[in-house]
Amino acid sequence: MAESAVAIDAHEVQAHEEPGFVSTYIFSTDHKMIAKQFLFFGLFMMIIGGSLAMMVRWQLGYPEQPLPVVGVSQEFLETDEPQTAMDRMWQEWDEEGTENWLVENMPYGVMTAAFYNMLFTMHATLMIFFVIMPILVGCFGNYLIPLMIGARDMAFPMLNMLSFWIGAVSGIVMLAGFFVSGGHAATGWTAYAPLSSDPMWTGVDWGQNLWCMSIIILAFSSMMGAINYITTVINMRAPGMTFMRMPLVIWSLLIVAILLLLALPVLTSALALLLFDRMAGTSFFSPAGGGDPLLWQHLFWFFGHPEVYVLIVPAMGMVSDILSVFSRKPVFGYHAMVYAMLSIAFLGWIVWGHHMFMSGMNPALGMAFMLSTMVIAVPSAIKTFNWLGTLWGGSIHYTTPMLNALAFVAMFVIGGLSGIHMAITPVDIFIHDTYYIVAHIHYVVFGGSIFGMFAGLYYWFPKMFGRVMNEPLGKAHFWLTFLFYNCTFIPMHLLGVAGHMRRIYNPMQYEFLQHLQPMNEFITVSSFCLGAAQLLLVFNFCWSLYRGKKAGRNPWQANTLEWAAPSPPPHGNWGDTLPTVYRGPYEYSSPEVTEDWLPQDKQLAPATADA
Amino acid sequence: MLSWLPENISTYGAEIDSYFYLIYYITLVAFYLVAAAMVIFMIKYRRRDGVPAKYHHGHTGLEITWTALTAVTLLTLAFMGKPLWTKIKQDMPPYEIQVQVTGKQFNWEILYPGPDGEFGTQDDLELENMLHVPVDKVVRVILTSKDVIHSFFVPVLRLKQDTLPGRKIDAWFEATKPGRYEMPCAEMCGFGHSGMLGYLIVHTHEDYEAWVQKNWPESKMASKIEHGSES
Repeated sequence: MAESAVAIDAHEVQAHEEPGFVSTYIFSTDHKMIAKQFLFFGLFMMIIGGSLAMMVRWQLGYPEQPLPVVGVSQEFLETDEPQTAMDRMWQEWDEEGTENWLVENMPYGVMTAAFYNMLFTMHATLMIFFVIMPILVGCFGNYLIPLMIGARDMAFPMLNMLSFWIGAVSGIVMLAGFFVSGGHAATGWTAYAPLSSDPMWTGVDWGQNLWCMSIIILAFSSMMGAINYITTVINMRAPGMTFMRMPLVIWSLLIVAILLLLALPVLTSALALLLFDRMAGTSFFSPAGGGDPLLWQHLFWFFGHPEVYVLIVPAMGMVSDILSVFSRKPVFGYHAMVYAMLSIAFLGWIVWGHHMFMSGMNPALGMAFMLSTMVIAVPSAIKTFNWLGTLWGGSIHYTTPMLNALAFVAMFVIGGLSGIHMAITPVDIFIHDTYYIVAHIHYVVFGGSIFGMFAGLYYWFPKMFGRVMNEPLGKAHFWLTFLFYNCTFIPMHLLGVAGHMRRIYNPMQYEFLQHLQPMNEFITVSSFCLGAAQLLLVFNFCWSLYRGKKAGRNPWQANTLEWAAPSPPPHGNWGDTLPTVYRGPYEYSSPEVTEDWLPQDKQLAPATADA
Repeated sequence: MLSWLPENISTYGAEIDSYFYLIYYITLVAFYLVAAAMVIFMIKYRRRDGVPAKYHHGHTGLEITWTALTAVTLLTLAFMGKPLWTKIKQDMPPYEIQVQVTGKQFNWEILYPGPDGEFGTQDDLELENMLHVPVDKVVRVILTSKDVIHSFFVPVLRLKQDTLPGRKIDAWFEATKPGRYEMPCAEMCGFGHSGMLGYLIVHTHEDYEAWVQKNWPESKMASKIEHGSES
C-alpha cells in the first residue's frame, strides 16, 4: 500500500509545474503552506482573544472605571472639566446624543455588564476554537504529520485547502458578530440554554446566531482536517514507519483527529437545535415548549470534554518529543505513553457529567461520573511520571523549546491536581462556578496547551521558516511569561476558595468578596504584564523570519524524519526518494553510534540495523 | 490556602471543608514530590561535558507501580467522598421548615407556604431576596426558576445547586449560627447576573418566632408549623 502511494506521489511531483503566487500562498494545497496559514490565523486571533482577556481583567481589577486610552480621565469624572482629547470626544457625543458602537458598549469608557459578558464569552470562544485548535491541531498537525511519517503531503491536499479556507470563513463570521446590533454572543462559551436559546433573555440576537453558525462552519473545517489526518497517518507512512515507530506527537495528533471526528457532529447537531430554537420557534431546550435545558448541557459537554483533550493532547505529544530531544535520551515508557493517550481517547467519552454535578442532573449519576473522572486522571498521571522518567539520567539542554516544555509539565501537574478537587463531588459543591475552575482551566489550557504551543513553535520554527528563533529573546519571553502567568493564575485559586464566583461583572457588589479586591487588582496588573511579555514573542517571530540564524537541516540534532528534509522542505518534501525508517524516533545516546543521536532514517551496518 | 474559605455555618459544611483539606494536602504532597523530582533531575542531569545521557527506554515494573498507586488513591478518594455527597444531595433528612426559592432575572423569589404548610394557597408569603430561617433547624429548599438557569449559592452554608426552569430540585441545610449572609447567583444568567444577590437571615428561635408572628398571614398558626407537624 505505502509502496504504490509512493510511486504515484513521486510521479506527481516530477510532473509538477512551478506554481503561481495564488496557488503558492493563498489557495495552496501544500500541507506546509496550509500549516503556516493556520499558524498566522491562530496568532492573529490570539491577539484579539488576549486583548479581550485583558479588558475582562481591567473590569475585575478596576470595576466600573473608565478604560485606559478610550475612556475619560479621572479628572473629568471629578471636575467635569474635559482634560484630554477623549474627554472632549465623550462630552461631544453626550451633547449630540451620538449613537455608535462605543457609546452602546462602554459609555465614557466604562464597559457595561452586557459588554463584559460578551468579552469573557468571546475570549474563551476565540482562544479555544480559533487559537488553540488552529495552531495545535491545524498548524502542527498539518506541518508535522506528513513530514514526521515520511509522506509527501496529506492524503487529500484539496480537502486540506478547503479545511483552512472554510475555517477562515468561520473566523470571519465569528468576527462579524462583534459589529452586529445587540452585540456578540454573551452567554459564556458554554452557551447554556435557555439563556442562549431565546434572544429575549440577553438582548443579543444576531451575535449569538452568528456564533452558532460560525462554530458549525468551523466544525466542517475540523472534520475535513480530521479525516485527512487519520487517512494520512494510516495509509501514507514511509517504508519502515510502523505504528510503534511513530513519534508521540503523531500519535497524539491521530488520537485528536479521532476525537474531533466523533465529537464535532454532536456539537454541530446541538448548535443546529439551538439555532432552530432561536430562529424557528422550536423549543428543544426550553421547558415552556416541552424541551429540557439539561439536554443542551449533555450534548455540549459530550462534545466539550473530548474537546478539552483535543486542546491538551497535541501539546502532550509535542512536549514528549521535545523533552526527549533536549534530554538526549529516549522517551521513558514509549508504549505506556501511547496506551495512556489511547485510554484518554476512550475514557474521554464517559466523563462529561463532571461538568454538571450542580446542574440538577440526578445526583446518583454524580457518583458514576466522579469514578470515571478519577479513572481518566490515571493516564495523565502516567504521562507525567514518564516525562519525569525521561528527564532522569538525561543530559538536559536548556533551550527555549525545552524551557517551555518543562513549564508545560509543571503547569499541567498543577492543573491536573486542582482538577481532582472539582472531580470530587462534595468538594465541587463549593468550588463549582468559582474562580477555582477558572484557575484550573487556565492551568490546563494556558499552562498546558499554550506553553506546549510555545515549545512547539520555538522547536519547529527552524524547519518551517529555515531560520532559528533568537535564543536570548526566546528565553526572556519564556521567563517573563512563566512569571506573570503564575502571578495571574495562582491567586485565582485563592479567589475560588474564598467563594469568588466566575463570570461576575463587579465583585465589589458582594460584601464577602470585597476584601479580595487587592488580589483582583494584582491579577489584573500581572495579566497586563503577561500580555506585554508576548510582544517579545511577536518581535522575535517577525525578526527571526528574516534575520534569524540560518537553521540548516537539523539544528537540534533530532532523530525524527522532518529533520532529514531541507529547512524549509520543498514541495513534495523528500526530493526523489522517500526516507526509509529503521528504528524508533527516540534513539538518543544510543551505544550503537558515537554521536548522541541516531536518526530514524539512518541505515547502520546490517548486523545492528534492527535495534 | 484553605484559610481563605469563608466562614462555615452549616452542619455539613465542616465535612466538606475537611474533605477539601484532605484532598488539598494529598495533592499538595503529590505536587511537592513531582516538583522536587523535577527540580532535582533538572539540576543533576543538566548537560555537562563528557557526561552522556543514559540510554534507557523505561521500566515496566515502575509503570505498573505508579499506575496502580495513582488509580488506588484516586478511586479511594472517590469512594470516600460518596457518603458525604449522598448525604447532602440525595438523602433529604426530615425537615421542619420548607421554602421555595425561584430564580428569575435577576432576583431570588422566596416563597413560604404559610401557616397551612402548603404551597399555592392563599396564605403563602412571598418575599424578594430575603430568606429567613431559624438556627438549628433542617430547612428544605425547593429550587426552581422562572426563566433561565440560575445557581443558588450560599457560600457560608457550602451549598450550591443550579435552579432550572421547568424542574423543582430539592436542597437542604441546617444553619448553626444566627446572622445575615449573602446568597448570590453562581450561574451566568444574563446582563444582571452580577449583583443578583439575596440574603440569608438566620434567626435565633425566638427571633424567628417573632418574625413569623409579625410577617406571616394568620400567624397564630405558625407555631404549629414550627413544631414540625410536617415531618
